[in-house]
Amino acid sequence: MSEAGEGLKPAKSLDLRGTPCPINFVKTKLALDGLAEGELLEIIIDEGEPCKNVPRSVKDEGHKILEAEDIGGAFRLLIVKVA
Amino acid sequence: MSDIGAAKERKRELNLGGQTIRILPEELKAGGIIPQRQKGMVTVRFAAPGGRVEAKHMAKIAELADKYGRGYLHFTFRQSPEIPFVRLEDVEALVAEAGEVGASIAGCGKRVRVPTACAGCEYNPNGLVNTQDMARESYERYFGMDHSHKFKLSFSGCPVDCARARENDLGFQGQVEPYLNPDNCTGCSLCVQACQDDALYMDPSIEGPRTKRGMPVRIEEQCISCGDCIKACAFDAMLPQRTGNAVYSGGKHGKHPHVAYPIAEFVPEEKVYDVIEAVMAWYRENGKKGERIGVTIDRIGINSLRRALKDVIGEYLLQQEDIEKPRWRKVFFHGVADALPEYEQV
Repeated sequence: MSEAGEGLKPAKSLDLRGTPCPINFVKTKLALDGLAEGELLEIIIDEGEPCKNVPRSVKDEGHKILEAEDIGGAFRLLIVKVA
Repeated sequence: MSDIGAAKERKRELNLGGQTIRILPEELKAGGIIPQRQKGMVTVRFAAPGGRVEAKHMAKIAELADKYGRGYLHFTFRQSPEIPFVRLEDVEALVAEAGEVGASIAGCGKRVRVPTACAGCEYNPNGLVNTQDMARESYERYFGMDHSHKFKLSFSGCPVDCARARENDLGFQGQVEPYLNPDNCTGCSLCVQACQDDALYMDPSIEGPRTKRGMPVRIEEQCISCGDCIKACAFDAMLPQRTGNAVYSGGKHGKHPHVAYPIAEFVPEEKVYDVIEAVMAWYRENGKKGERIGVTIDRIGINSLRRALKDVIGEYLLQQEDIEKPRWRKVFFHGVADALPEYEQV
């Protein structure tokens, strides 16, 4: 694999499997608010509806998604906080 | 004698902010003044193209509702604020006072109504086209023009279709066609997850500089052009190719609902007014008195209207092979698309 986020260590990880929209994004946003610029947040979200909403909202907030990976029934996202 | 008749006896004409309106039910309605069941009472309807009202207009309308009505407003199903329980003799003063700040009254009856619209792309995250501009512009150009029956325009910013393009005499709905930049795709498949129309699948055999997991493939005939894949993409790989408006005509609700005919796709904003004018000209020529355009189309045939639009938006018109695709069939309620007549090649 040659993805950009490979090998980088997240400052925080959130397992949001079973957490519905929009609470999953609210928790993501709160976690990002607690990070310093450039730090990484790892989240795991359910497949389907959360994949439609959460990455888009993260982008709209101005953060950057370094990696997205299908881990079977769920997706792992690695997000870098942009101030 | 009716209430209106009695009022007519008292005063034959009203001067409504420069417009002189004789008091007859149809003419009252032309001026946005709707007779109530209560004697001598009317509802005064204000124009809010696209559902947008300037705050200073709204403040004045609220003040007038206190002064001349019963202290509340009602919003019509087409987004217009109206003041119920205004005494007929107060209408002239009310309209004049509203006119001082620039608030103008809406019209009803057999004419072009105030266009409705969602928020559109200006600030709604889903919006793909500028519905507010189009609603405002078409209001300025066409509002109040007489027709065989009412003529309702609407503008939806995306295929979610909050403004009900398929339930209006002429409706426009924003759409976007995606394309994949293979250099940016990481093969994450978020876009496939975001698509609710089975229009994307992963092909693991496609290679690219940033992916070892393949790439998504779009099934054009399934795609309803909503842009959810573009919004979900985290890597600027799924991008907008072209944006425009789907066009529907002949829709209405009411006692005898009629779903609109799909007419065209990806019509650019600058052509929207040509479409409105061509459809209205066709309706003016072919519509019988008291007949909505959907019924006119049923009677004369959709191909007559399509031919009339050929010179205006020929390249954007839907043909038979288009409306047979799932992407057009599934945007109607089950079975409705089966009832569409054969679209001749135009």
